[in-house]
Amino acid sequence: MSDTALPRPAFRAATDEAPLLRIALIGIAVAGLAVLVFAPLAVVFAEALKQGWSAAIQSLGNRDARSAIQLTLLITAIAVPANAAFGIAAAWFITKFDFRGKAFLITLIDLPFSVSPVVAGLCIVLLFGANSAIGGWLVAHGWPIVFAIPGIVLATIFVTFPFVARELIPVMIEQGRAEEEASLTLGASGWRTFWSVTLPNIRWALLYGTLLCTARAMGEFGAVAVVSGKIRGQTATMPITIEMLYNEYLSVAAFSMAALLTALALVTLLLKTILELRHADQLAATRRH
Amino acid sequence: MTMTARPLVHKTAMPGLSLSAGITLTMLSIVVLLPIGALLLKGASFGLTNVLEVVGRERVTASLYLSFKLSLLAALFNLVFGVLLAWVLVRYRFPGKRLLDAAVDLPFALPTAVAGIALTALYAPNGAFGSLAQAVGLKIAYTQVGIFIALVFVGLPFVTRTVQPVIEEIEQEVEEASATLGASRLHTLRHVILPMLMPAALTGFALSLARAVGEYGSVIFIAGNIPLRTEIAPLLIVIQLEEFNYDAAAAIGIAMLVISFAMLLAINLIQIVSRRKMGHV
Amino acid sequence: MLKSKSGRLGALMLALAIAAPAHAETLLNVSYDPTRELYRDVNAAFAEKWAAEGHEAPTIETSHGGSGAQARAVIDGLNAQVVTLALASDIDRIAEAGKLPADWQSKLPHNSSPYTSTIVFLVREGNPKGIQDWGDLVKDGVEVITPNPKTSGGARWNYLAAWAWAEKNGQDPQAFVGDLYTHVPVLDTGARGSTTTFAQRGIGDVLLAWENEAYLALKEIGEDQFDIVVPSVSVLAEPPVAIVEGNIANDAQRELATAYLDFLYSPEGQALAFKHFYRAWDDSAVAPEDVARFPKLDLVSIEDFGGWKKVQPEHFGDGGIFDQIYTAK
Repeated sequence: MSDTALPRPAFRAATDEAPLLRIALIGIAVAGLAVLVFAPLAVVFAEALKQGWSAAIQSLGNRDARSAIQLTLLITAIAVPANAAFGIAAAWFITKFDFRGKAFLITLIDLPFSVSPVVAGLCIVLLFGANSAIGGWLVAHGWPIVFAIPGIVLATIFVTFPFVARELIPVMIEQGRAEEEASLTLGASGWRTFWSVTLPNIRWALLYGTLLCTARAMGEFGAVAVVSGKIRGQTATMPITIEMLYNEYLSVAAFSMAALLTALALVTLLLKTILELRHADQLAATRRH
Repeated sequence: MTMTARPLVHKTAMPGLSLSAGITLTMLSIVVLLPIGALLLKGASFGLTNVLEVVGRERVTASLYLSFKLSLLAALFNLVFGVLLAWVLVRYRFPGKRLLDAAVDLPFALPTAVAGIALTALYAPNGAFGSLAQAVGLKIAYTQVGIFIALVFVGLPFVTRTVQPVIEEIEQEVEEASATLGASRLHTLRHVILPMLMPAALTGFALSLARAVGEYGSVIFIAGNIPLRTEIAPLLIVIQLEEFNYDAAAAIGIAMLVISFAMLLAINLIQIVSRRKMGHV
Repeated sequence: MLKSKSGRLGALMLALAIAAPAHAETLLNVSYDPTRELYRDVNAAFAEKWAAEGHEAPTIETSHGGSGAQARAVIDGLNAQVVTLALASDIDRIAEAGKLPADWQSKLPHNSSPYTSTIVFLVREGNPKGIQDWGDLVKDGVEVITPNPKTSGGARWNYLAAWAWAEKNGQDPQAFVGDLYTHVPVLDTGARGSTTTFAQRGIGDVLLAWENEAYLALKEIGEDQFDIVVPSVSVLAEPPVAIVEGNIANDAQRELATAYLDFLYSPEGQALAFKHFYRAWDDSAVAPEDVARFPKLDLVSIEDFGGWKKVQPEHFGDGGIFDQIYTAK
């Protein structure tokens, strides 16, 4: 990012592309994103506001809508910290130690990405459903997992499982172990080293992974649909409610909730951009050490 | 480092081995391994020959082939477009760059079902892009092209997000050195920059591929779901579930799992090998 | 109109939520897709009646989805006290899992089906392709929209209605149905998905739909865009209801569940079914126009095919006739 911040010299630097190529590349990037990302987004907001703002806002005010919003926020609030804790632990384990089967372990962590959300839901039902050994015992003791909030939380953690670990591992590999080793040699404790050496180095990746995890956790549909039971006001999350409303020909209400969900995700993404801007100097400083 | 007599865990001075390993393995077991174990157990009780019989059915092989083919194409598209996008976002300055940067994550944020409905509305013959395509005689929604677009959408952020930090890390001196030695800009890009990006790009490619293979919510709206032509493997699992046929659903699920796992493992191995090589060079 | 409807519903639900004492009886009705609008009204009317009879105001929840998926959810532990599904075979599955007696269908009148429906055609305004009967669906250039019989209960009725017509008209039913599915460009997973594909995406010339679904589409999407065509032969679809004995917690809940299903058979409940475009039995409390819209037609029932126990595996099971349609060379 360093060269573009400087005033452009009259001649072309050897590390620049030809202006035409540069414009062409920017053009492709903008056009690609416009078609693939901005257009669907525009559809969502256009459909939500088809009958004006008041209709859109009113549709979010009823009891079912509010309970769906609360449920989604609750599930996100459980799933994201759990994944963040896992991500830090896994990245530490994988990057600070040498052991056999590392590629295998990383692949296992990636596995939830390659399991169809539908299969993920199926797995959870097979394990915890009323007809399984574990599930039957839990139900008999009054702790139903499937078709209750624990099942939805589990499904959400499953589909967002790799996000934080996946962000942290490459960064921590890049940074190596030298700084931590220095800190330990100087007599700092393990926790102290983690808090004051490792964490500052990985905080952007951690933040980024957490925010992505948040966005994805709020929007998960396939896996949650299998384990939720879709009971209005109880186990219907925002994405489930969107589908139900859409199927009831209440397209304004459906897309209003979709727009709200997207807006929530956009806020988390915006937060990340603002933090990046505010701490740009610090960020650059840590990068150049 | 010789392969012989390599201990299971190499001793280092780093603290927190048991804690980090404990958290990692416990959560991995509860969230991933146990549920998937339940799936495999279901398959085992169904019997290997029965599993193979289900997977060998014409409709199942056709849908598996379709899912993996289109996912591969979508991931390849995302590999090229994602690297390009990452380069543009890191190296160039232009109005609206921040907006573009934030937009890359949108496919993660949009619920998949909503994305599916929105994409179908756009690419159906009476939609904004669909009507344009129809004017030149192309059908997008309800064909394999439609599925491809949905898969590109869901996998879009992976490559860009893994490659971006690597481009930021590249030292300008490397490029200058290459230029000083008389290499053309394109030569530098191809032979110096691209190899540096490859491990990260491969990770992104693998994630994008894996995500596309399992995708259900967004594809189901835009695919025609016609057997042998536009029917994806996850839909077949849902169909089996509707028939209360848990065994067959588990069989197809296991087939998808095994293929995806093998592909991911291969890509992760390639990466580790290439990292070792890079380290020695 | 939509706005005020959901607004009123919201206000009503809010009122219910506030009015409900802490330990009021609750009921979960697990139903299938096209009954959303019906049960929204039924729940409100029943709750009002129940409270007026001096009981505590009940909390009635509903859950909607594909009929098969919903049955599976109940088998896997979804705590439903009442099921109102599309096919008797789906409730049979729940009975097989031991949650209700095998003879559940004899517990309530009319095979436990408080309302029925049939399959009709929805065509574009003015019927440009001149579609009058099943035979017209396989003409060159006609595109038919129907959901996948594997995932949609309604689609099974579509398939069986076509089969019945071919049988009555001296055609080979398997060949006719096979031909019909070559005219289908999109197989959605559910009835609502097909309606959206046909109505909103503009795909296809004719939609095979539940009669109630077709009227609802006219009402919600626009009467000036579509016409309903009634074929010469169709099926008598009987969506059954039942109490899930295994999920009843106590006598008070059983009383509530029983009253809820009885309400569906009461003149008031029947009037609501008519209002939501179902063919119900008792028209004593119904507005005349709600009855007059249903033309008489030749209806074939599932018993004429030998019952679901025979039809399900033979036609829609793994490797059944429907699968052969697509995999036959």
